[in-house]
Amino acid sequence: MVGIVSYGTYIPRYRIRIADVAAAWKKDEEEVSKSLGLTDKSVPGFDEDAATIAVEAALGSLKTFQGDPTDIDVMFVGSESHPYAVNPTSTIVGELLGLGHSYLAADFEFACKAGTAAMQAIAGLVAAGHARYGMAIGTDTAQGKPHDFLEYTAAAGGAAFIIGRDEPQSSQLSSDRRKVDHLSSPVIAKLLADTSYSSDTPDFWRRDGMRYPSHAGRFTGEPAYYSHVTGAARRLMEMTNTKASDYDYCIFHMPNGKFPREVAKRLGFTPDQLAPSLLVDDIGNAYSATTILALGAVLDIAKPSQKIFMVSYGSGAGSDAFVWETTEELVSARGGPASGRKSKQTVRDQIANKTYIDYVQFLKQTHKL
Amino acid sequence: MHIYVTGAATTQFGELWGVSPRSLARGSVLSALKDADTEPKTVQALFVGNMLSGMLGGQEHLGAFFAEELGFSVPAFKVEGACASGGLAMHNAVNSLLSGQYETVVVLGIEKMTDHKPEDVATALMGAGSEEERSAGATFPGLYAILARIHMREFGTTEEQMAAVAVKNHYHASLNPNAQFHNILTVEQVMRSSRVADPLKLLDCSPISDGAAAVVLTTRKMKRSIEIASSVVATDTLGLAQRKSLTELAATRMASDKAYKIAGVQAADIDVAEVHDCFTIAQILAMEDLGFCKKGESAKKIHTVINPSGGLKGCGHPVGATGVKQVVELVEHLRGTAGKRQVKGAKVGLAHNVGGSGATAVIHILKK
Repeated sequence: MVGIVSYGTYIPRYRIRIADVAAAWKKDEEEVSKSLGLTDKSVPGFDEDAATIAVEAALGSLKTFQGDPTDIDVMFVGSESHPYAVNPTSTIVGELLGLGHSYLAADFEFACKAGTAAMQAIAGLVAAGHARYGMAIGTDTAQGKPHDFLEYTAAAGGAAFIIGRDEPQSSQLSSDRRKVDHLSSPVIAKLLADTSYSSDTPDFWRRDGMRYPSHAGRFTGEPAYYSHVTGAARRLMEMTNTKASDYDYCIFHMPNGKFPREVAKRLGFTPDQLAPSLLVDDIGNAYSATTILALGAVLDIAKPSQKIFMVSYGSGAGSDAFVWETTEELVSARGGPASGRKSKQTVRDQIANKTYIDYVQFLKQTHKL
Repeated sequence: MHIYVTGAATTQFGELWGVSPRSLARGSVLSALKDADTEPKTVQALFVGNMLSGMLGGQEHLGAFFAEELGFSVPAFKVEGACASGGLAMHNAVNSLLSGQYETVVVLGIEKMTDHKPEDVATALMGAGSEEERSAGATFPGLYAILARIHMREFGTTEEQMAAVAVKNHYHASLNPNAQFHNILTVEQVMRSSRVADPLKLLDCSPISDGAAAVVLTTRKMKRSIEIASSVVATDTLGLAQRKSLTELAATRMASDKAYKIAGVQAADIDVAEVHDCFTIAQILAMEDLGFCKKGESAKKIHTVINPSGGLKGCGHPVGATGVKQVVELVEHLRGTAGKRQVKGAKVGLAHNVGGSGATAVIHILKK
């Protein structure tokens, strides 16, 4: 069965307090924080961009990958802040990881859901026997125009997932050239089902050549986020004949602190099912990385044979929905004394490891000043 | 000559993201014609009250635009006067009938605001202000906040009293199926809502809305028709800085004084009034300037029922539609068909529509 064989996460260490952004614009700090439901957001370092963040996350995923980097036949990188408009991020990352040159590389863009779209595409290629392993990355240094509401939430982060199958077979692409002559990397979370829900709903956009995105205010709520997330979620529940209480964890895209809490409630999930994935309060919205960083946070703590319900959202608009089931292999993949490997750095470790910067420094690090 | 409203209708007001301006126009006008029990071919002219079709929609030929949609091959006009566009369209339609040019006309008030970015809407709405106010960065919440501050200083008006206006209007809106909001508010909720322009808070402000309203006006009395006893417009300075007094909207006072005289009624005779509460302080000013109470005494009990539709605050404020919607609401009360929000025994109604911060005021007095 197709599933996740390894994952890595990366959150830049810099944080700015939402209250400090609010104060810069003479807004009521408490009111802004309360209305958006978050306190801090992550900020990229001066020399970090979507490509370097992708590399950091990908290196983390390779640490617990039991294959060789050259076994990875596909590299898809999803972002809305690709450093180049023309020139792929995926080849920059692939080169630095040492994937060789016999791999399929492509960049994905779909607002905040490019990372999950990459995962779905790779799962299909692996299931079809067209690739042994593929790496899907969601990475962003999200942009918000100074004084725009997005300035309070647009954050930075990345997550990389290597997708494979229980008994990897040589791919058609490379069966003559390369044999799997080493231990295969076992699945740590099986992909039980997935689906998508898409429509032409322009709630958030950035035209070519524009530095900052635009958004349609309250239109981003009901007709955009809520209708797509619930559309995909309900379809997935129907397909799998399941209900909210059948799952141990739920994960929803987090453009702010309010939307994921509200959509979880509407779909019948409890605050306890949602809590482990709620990263937005502490780091804001890392766009293409948000949903899958949260998946990383859940895999950091999940026990074997637990079910995870996950729905992303990308403006424009669409949602990808997945059901994952963890396996026994998850525990050793996290490292630690029992596995004989160094413990993986968890998402929560990275959230805790932070350096606060002030508003002027934030402007400098995001190249606005 | 007498002028009558023979048909009246509004669409749902609210965030109508799935509905086009064409559909709104069609929905309201065809319903009004059906209500008047008349055929579209009897319509001799179309008056469209609208503020933002040019700045937001890029459409500056609105009479022909909606005439095409409605299949009317008749003279068609857009009338603009900021948030009083609907009232001004009514006034122009009434004048066209009084001149003898037409016998039956349709007035359509319409606005589509929520399809646009909030900052674009805010910029477009400032088109109603003076150049000095715009270049100083003022917004309408800011201008009305100045009026509120002065009212508080002069008459001891409190923020809680302003909040009570929103509470009352939301209660009325909860009884109106076409209103944007159906939630009941408390004074505490209003007081706790985000500050927009101190002392005005989010729940002191009317919302950004979509919606349309239409009436059929004729010179012939028919079954169920309601008479327009007076239609008056007054104009004051565009900017606040040029006004003699900021404790009143003089245009409201001037227009209503004249309207009462023409209609042969006094303020105390008005059973039901739809007043322009774009902000809660605006309703307080309106009640005083229309003569329903003395300055600083709007909290006292009065005879007139104010804003049974929910007003701009509760029913929504698609700016060009508001002035026409107010007339539609009065027609329902005077006919006795307003359902749960019916003002019992209403015989005389007044509609008060304001443009900008009081540069334009339009009064219509309707009689059963």
